[in-house]
Amino acid sequence: MAEFLAYLIAGLATGAIYALAAIGFTLVWQTSQTINFAQGEFVMLPAILILAAVKLAGLPVWAAAILGIAAFIALFGWGFKLVIVDPMIRHGVLPLAIATMALSIIMKEGAKDGFSAEAQRFPSLVPQETVSFLGISISLQHIAIIIVACLAIGALQWFVTRTKTGRQMQASAQNPNVALILGIPVAQMVMLTFLINAALAALASILISPIYLAKFSNGEVIGLFAFIAAIVGGFNQVRGALAGGLIVGVIDSLAAAYISTSYRLAVPLVLLVVIILIKPEGLFGRKEERGV
Amino acid sequence: MNTSRFDAVFATLVLGAVILWFAPVGMGRYGTYVLSLWLVTAVAVMGLNLTLGVAGLKSLAQAAFMGIGAYATALLTTKAGIGWFPAFAISGALCFAVGLLLGFPALRVKAHYLAFVTLAFSTLVWLVLRNEQWLTGGVFGLSNIPRPVIFGIKTDNALPFHRFVVVVTLLLALVLWWLVRSPWGRAFLALRENPVRAASLGVNIRAYTLLAFAIGSAYAGFAGALYAPLVEFIDPSPFQLSASFFLLLMVVAGGSGYQLGPFVGALLGVVLPEWLRFTGGLYLIIFAAIVIGLLIACPQGVLGLLERGWAAVRRRPMGSNPPVKETA
Repeated sequence: MAEFLAYLIAGLATGAIYALAAIGFTLVWQTSQTINFAQGEFVMLPAILILAAVKLAGLPVWAAAILGIAAFIALFGWGFKLVIVDPMIRHGVLPLAIATMALSIIMKEGAKDGFSAEAQRFPSLVPQETVSFLGISISLQHIAIIIVACLAIGALQWFVTRTKTGRQMQASAQNPNVALILGIPVAQMVMLTFLINAALAALASILISPIYLAKFSNGEVIGLFAFIAAIVGGFNQVRGALAGGLIVGVIDSLAAAYISTSYRLAVPLVLLVVIILIKPEGLFGRKEERGV
Repeated sequence: MNTSRFDAVFATLVLGAVILWFAPVGMGRYGTYVLSLWLVTAVAVMGLNLTLGVAGLKSLAQAAFMGIGAYATALLTTKAGIGWFPAFAISGALCFAVGLLLGFPALRVKAHYLAFVTLAFSTLVWLVLRNEQWLTGGVFGLSNIPRPVIFGIKTDNALPFHRFVVVVTLLLALVLWWLVRSPWGRAFLALRENPVRAASLGVNIRAYTLLAFAIGSAYAGFAGALYAPLVEFIDPSPFQLSASFFLLLMVVAGGSGYQLGPFVGALLGVVLPEWLRFTGGLYLIIFAAIVIGLLIACPQGVLGLLERGWAAVRRRPMGSNPPVKETA
């Protein structure tokens, strides 16, 4: 039982990180119909940028973190929207999705050739210790991840539902034409979701890299789990992406412990296929209307 | 639709095959190998071109299907002692069947779910190839894959095998050329241009999208069946998800929907790296950047660009329309 709870907490911690990536993914999908196949690389890269700033420029960790995150948000929030999404969206959803695949190759190879092909240690915010609580040994890191991710998602939820800008953002996602007529700066709102996506990815990167180490190929698995989380939860819902992330994280952790380490990856994949078969709109999603 | 353009495609395919039959003379083993690899890759890209360029579906498992074909052929020819030709047919049929099984649930819902189901499938195939050591040899792979013997002629050397690949590729390309001009091909095109209208005209959307995906997957199986004897040793790494992304980029780079696009795309993806050796590992970045640039400037790819240039030179519109861009 104690063992089970330990796996559960570890699963919730990684799940919270997948949720951050999945929420960014759904936000961008909602406002601009962009299916970002580079989402996993978005989570991989900020940690690499921070390490590069530490190793190559000799900055202290905190300064490198600020610089790395700022550079990442500028490049892959603002720049991504401006250079890739805007010119491409007029050609339709398909070329844009393919362009994000090309982008994922560039990011991955860029991190490998520009920084390192080896996994790098990444500094942790909290000590890597475990505490005993009611007979369960819990990693402090896992607890910190769950708390930070929950705070971030709570703040996002508050922003989206309680502030004027957040409501404008929602309106822009739901019906851009009407939002425009009502005087909402839709273009700025769409840009805002890209910035939020980049910020969530950067946060996920900082949280996950101390556990998995920073490596150029990390994005593959993280991206896969973020997609699965988004679809399992419901493609068009932020809270769905949150629930989906946690479910996928816990299932992955339990599958690794109790089923098979070599096939742990297969279990969430099977879950994905089952969800698509029986409830394609996701556990918490709404059915989308189909237009001509 | 202008039939003369299709005859031009036919002529180009046959002429290209004749040139490629003689091309590697004096090129050496490695040069010949690269040419053969180009054609094998083009077969996989052709299939994906049908799925993506003609039917408008994103499949992220083309490399995985190629892996299934390669492993099936390798196992059948080494362990079961079956000849290459039946192994080739079985590989294609197997991928066709798996494509039907995979596409059926995904396409029931919505076309873009196919992308996610195939994404998951890609990873599953890779896990099986890596973990089931008793069958696939795991990370050590399968080696000593024999090359086929045709009418008593051995193709163990690079040149005869290359010529063999040229003939098989030509046949596969001609089948696809015929298919796209057939009523089925027209139905595929109608689906991509306007699915709802196609449905109202009596095209069974689900059956046709499923068929396009299954045929596209079968082509990956055929490509795998050629790939295994070409490299004579296979392991799971060339069939990973990133390889499927790469094949998709080749479709777009060549010109999605164009019959000759796969050859141009595979040329950019397979032969260009040999010329860009001096850039070291940066090749993939250059290729991906070229694709993004193409997608922004001309989503119809290199062939679309050429067609546009040709139209501008002739100062009059082309008789047939280039593939119309997607709107979703």
